[in-house]
Amino acid sequence: MNLNLKKESLRKVNETLQSIDRKSNKKIFKISNPDGNHAICAGLKDEIEVTIDGHTGYYCAGMNMNANIIVNGNVGTGVAENMMSGTVHVKGNASQSAGATAHGGTLIIDGDTSSRCGISMKGIDIIVKGSVGHMSAFMAQSGNLVICGDAGDALGDSIYEANIFIKGKVKSLGADCEEKKMNKKDQNILRSLLKKASINESEIKNFKMYGSARKLYNFNIDNVSEY
Amino acid sequence: MCGIVGIYLKNKKYNSQLGKFLTGMMNNMATRGPDSAGFAIYSSEKKKKYKYSVCSNTDQVKEISKKLSKHVKDIKVKSISDHLIIETAMKPKKFIEILKNHEELSLVGYGSCIEIFKQVGNPKDVVKNFSLEKFSGSHAIGHTRMATESAITTDGSHPYSTGEDECLVHNGSLSNHNNLRRSLLKKGIEIKSMNDTEVAAGYISNGLSDKKSLKETLLDGLKDLDGFYTFISGTKNGMAIVRDEIACKPAVVAETKDYVAIASEFQAMAHLPNVNSAKIFEPEPGKVYSWGK
Repeated sequence: MNLNLKKESLRKVNETLQSIDRKSNKKIFKISNPDGNHAICAGLKDEIEVTIDGHTGYYCAGMNMNANIIVNGNVGTGVAENMMSGTVHVKGNASQSAGATAHGGTLIIDGDTSSRCGISMKGIDIIVKGSVGHMSAFMAQSGNLVICGDAGDALGDSIYEANIFIKGKVKSLGADCEEKKMNKKDQNILRSLLKKASINESEIKNFKMYGSARKLYNFNIDNVSEY
Repeated sequence: MCGIVGIYLKNKKYNSQLGKFLTGMMNNMATRGPDSAGFAIYSSEKKKKYKYSVCSNTDQVKEISKKLSKHVKDIKVKSISDHLIIETAMKPKKFIEILKNHEELSLVGYGSCIEIFKQVGNPKDVVKNFSLEKFSGSHAIGHTRMATESAITTDGSHPYSTGEDECLVHNGSLSNHNNLRRSLLKKGIEIKSMNDTEVAAGYISNGLSDKKSLKETLLDGLKDLDGFYTFISGTKNGMAIVRDEIACKPAVVAETKDYVAIASEFQAMAHLPNVNSAKIFEPEPGKVYSWGK
């Protein structure tokens, strides 16, 4: 089914996708002329496949549950923010806060993302084939962020229990983020994520892993004079 | 919030459509700033002529022309909505002094190729009032304002121009503008309002009058201007963009062989020719990008 945003309103298109008749066989949709509109495909909850042909604005595929969304273009701020499950695949670049606060599902970005990728992520898997901007994985709580390119300043600042796998250079690490030794279990996680994004598994050996040093978890009495 | 837009035409064949392009960009950014709007248009330079963009609180254009022509020879006045474009060979220093004697006129910008228009109201109405669609030129900068730092008045609207053929639009807010205003006033830079952006415009004018390039001035600004900002600055020769190091305030650039467009959001430029095949990127924090002659 084709949905043309030049002919139909954004609200109408989103309503169509949010109220799928589960008995029907209509499972594949295409959106044309997104023209940078905000909140395209926000709040989908069924196992459908949507392809967006063009560039989108803010919060594309936000709060996604179950749906498989492909964007043939760039996305604005907050793609797949608060996603619960499903897959979002961006063929271009993503702006700030990609996958912010998302609880689950997979976000694949073929290009680069700007700052704060995976900010406060809570269980999502994010795979970025390019580089990420500053403050990525800020306060990331759980889930995995795979970066095939480089990372900007303050990677993983105040990180909790999320994992960061990175192949390229890290400009600087944020507070309480440190390099970790990768064990078999971690390698298996990375292997399955690379596979999901169709990246050669042999690349595993080129990745480093970062996580929390857990020094901010408890109050340190030596710092009492700071307060 | 605020919306900022800019377009620089590399291919002259689009010059006659500059106003049309900017109209679409401003209309699409109306959601980011419904309080007021303004824009600066750069068109070809007329040798030994200056254009003074003036906001007038009167509709008696003829009388004003008469009054001014007492002091100034060869004066041409064009009226668009509540603005006047006064063209004369008289140099800025002298003419600005004359304007100061006319309380009903407030200067919003001047130079050999710049024209500035700004007004309170929804951007969609403002661009209609000024018939922006009909303008042609080489580059243009626009702003839609959601007021934070100062009142919703024409004085508080962007673009700000504190020097010949200069202008600045801003998305964000500055926290050290009062201190900076005091030091710039001491240096003789004229700043009329209590708005933070006008101080940044004054800062740029000061840098340029010190023979620094626009790029150098904006790089210095990263140290001296405290706050959140994405700036688009225009000069006779082109335009530049810079974002602060935190880069909270958005910006997207689309570049084709024919033009460079900048906007707060991509949707502002979705109507531009061949934009889907343009090179699209976000300016990196703390880096100055410039285009021009």
